[in-house]
Amino acid sequence: MRMRLAALLAAVVGVSILLGPAPALATATPTPTPSAGTATPDQNPIVDGQNVTVTLKDLNGGKGEPQPVPGVELTVYADKKGGKVLGTQVTDKLGRVSIAIPGNGVYVVELEPDTLPEGVKLSGAGETDKTITARLGGSNFVQFQIGAVVVKAASFSSKLTDATTSGLKYGLIIALAALGLSLIFGTTGLTNFAHGELITFGGIVTLGFNRGLGFPVIVAGLLAVLASALFGFAQDRVLWRPLRNRGTGLIAMMIVSIGFALLLRSIYQYTVGGSTETLSQYVAQGRTDYGPIALSDKEVAIFGISIVTLVVTCIALMRTRLGKAMRAVSDNPALSASSGMRVDGVISAVWILGTALTGLSGVLLAVQQQVNFQMGFKILLLVFAAVTLGGLGTIWGALLGSLVIGLMVEVAPVLSIGGWHPVPASIKDVGALLVMILILLVRPQGILGKAQRIG
Amino acid sequence: MDFGTVIDAAFSAALGPQAIVFALAAIGLNVHFGYTGLLNFGQAGFMSIAAFGLAVSVVTWDINFWLAVAIGLVGSVVLALVLGVPTLRLRADYLAIVTIATSEILRLIFGAVEFKDTFGGSNGLTGFASTYKDLNPYNDGLDLGFVSFSRGDMWNITVGWSLVAICCLIVWSLMRSPWGRVLRSIREDEDAVRSLGKNVFAYKMQALVLGGLFGGIAGIYHILKQGSAVPTDFNTTFTFYAYAALLIGGAARVLGPVVGSIIFWFLIAGLGSFFGQATSGADPLIPDFIMTNTQSSLIRFIMLGLGLMLLMIYRPQGIFGDRREIAIDAR
Repeated sequence: MRMRLAALLAAVVGVSILLGPAPALATATPTPTPSAGTATPDQNPIVDGQNVTVTLKDLNGGKGEPQPVPGVELTVYADKKGGKVLGTQVTDKLGRVSIAIPGNGVYVVELEPDTLPEGVKLSGAGETDKTITARLGGSNFVQFQIGAVVVKAASFSSKLTDATTSGLKYGLIIALAALGLSLIFGTTGLTNFAHGELITFGGIVTLGFNRGLGFPVIVAGLLAVLASALFGFAQDRVLWRPLRNRGTGLIAMMIVSIGFALLLRSIYQYTVGGSTETLSQYVAQGRTDYGPIALSDKEVAIFGISIVTLVVTCIALMRTRLGKAMRAVSDNPALSASSGMRVDGVISAVWILGTALTGLSGVLLAVQQQVNFQMGFKILLLVFAAVTLGGLGTIWGALLGSLVIGLMVEVAPVLSIGGWHPVPASIKDVGALLVMILILLVRPQGILGKAQRIG
Repeated sequence: MDFGTVIDAAFSAALGPQAIVFALAAIGLNVHFGYTGLLNFGQAGFMSIAAFGLAVSVVTWDINFWLAVAIGLVGSVVLALVLGVPTLRLRADYLAIVTIATSEILRLIFGAVEFKDTFGGSNGLTGFASTYKDLNPYNDGLDLGFVSFSRGDMWNITVGWSLVAICCLIVWSLMRSPWGRVLRSIREDEDAVRSLGKNVFAYKMQALVLGGLFGGIAGIYHILKQGSAVPTDFNTTFTFYAYAALLIGGAARVLGPVVGSIIFWFLIAGLGSFFGQATSGADPLIPDFIMTNTQSSLIRFIMLGLGLMLLMIYRPQGIFGDRREIAIDAR
């Protein structure tokens, strides 16, 4: 049985650290420090230099956009709760406070619960303080929510339903990338270690169009998919096709792709930095009940978009002329060439389709989670696992493998044998990777792979 | 711009402990990839299992240090056997994917909160290196102007380069033996070797164990020189960097991995120090709007990625390699 609190509160704590002379992004006026209990300030400017910035938002139980919570008193202590007080502020109309901190270290943010407006309660365990660690470089932006959904004494079956739903969602996002990888591998034989960076490409371009140029997320996502397709086409023309024509070996190409991955990942980090960024819309959404499962609107959209894309792509591969050509080249490039197909043209088309699918998976991942320069690198191994598990180079195998991997990742931590959890929640990827290794032991060609491809 | 500091940083890294770790790991990869044609992308896993075998034995179970070293090395041998049995009969890229997955599994387990009591969680383990540190015969550090080492590092590099020399000697003597020639012919054409009645699987397994053992030595040396075993040190990127070092020097050459590691760290540390200085200070050489000080540390990795691509395209044999030696292919 599940229960939700009517009013939920999410707190976003950001530690923004500005290096060197601070750029003039905040107003130059000194920070007003209102005494406790005074009226709500109009706006608390973000303090120059190192600071702790907290934004309080009320999720309204998941109905509509989150609303800022003004007039709440927050205190920042050094080292521990009750330590040296570095500042006390009341949240402004944006629900924001910004308090300067002297340097790197551990800080505790305390919320005064009595100052919360009527009807707003803390969700989760109702903790009133959060500990944060500020350091230079790395993650200078810490974000956490004080529980968006409270589940009281969730039964095993409801946990399992939730895990299955998120596993399917994760599996579908992986499936888009895995299909892209599988298509490219099938036609060119390239084990592309830069595939994770193609996922990140979708996410980062979305972020660029959305936060940088101010497009809505949906438009930015569409543009990102187009940009991914273009990127794939250019990549094939400039890099992979010349290598194929030179007769570079597949293992050499694999190592080239490792170098390419490192290059792209470093460029991403160079341009967007090491922090985790959020898109401007659909960040925190409450969930609506659909029978036994509860989904937020963006999750419904992710399910819809990925299922429709996968179905359309598979039908196209099965029915259209180009799709048949792709599968023919995948089966036997030499025979396809000698029967009059333009193999290079088909491979170009595969790269465009493959990277567009992969870019879309990055866009969905960006909407689902957040954008980070290594978001794709982190799931690359799961994508590989999905493709290997299903059978290298097979289309249906990639889809099946992805769903198995997605479900394994999310469902395995829920399972327990007499109170003992075989896969701890903090390392849930381990279960999926182990399953891949075990299946390869029994069936090395993968679930749907053809036996002659191996050995 | 102080070029003395740049040169000092570059040489100290190239001759220092970090390059030694890479050299040892790359010697193992050379046995796998260079001589036998096995694509092991999980060298970090061989390192971590040996490292944590040692650390856990000493810290958690309170076992004698030298016995713990042996336990660590046995760990990497066992890992090689476990990985080899299912995958060595399959195509090369299966071994690649299984090894990379295994090394990540090991890293995640060693860093998991749930096993904090045994493996120390994400902070790792400390307090196992005192036996090693107490053996240090040096009283002072060394400063030759272009290169400087602390007292601890003097001991680290003495031990480290001796280990590298021993490992190179082992590889050199093995690879000129009939056994080594069989390995190389397996790399060239497995079926031809099989037709001569050789048990290809057994030879591949022996190569995997030997290279994994070198990886284990690298892992143990790594945690001893820094005095702590941290799970994140053993990530996949490490394996890729070790491959880069191996390919710079030249695969299938005894000294290839050693020279490669030295050059790798010379460039990484030198470029890092150069761009770090070029972007710091009141009036930086490179203005802030082009490159900030935080970004400057990334330039070397951008160049490394680009360098690895160009190297593999235009000179896949590296500096010393023989082009005929790496004409391997997966299909």
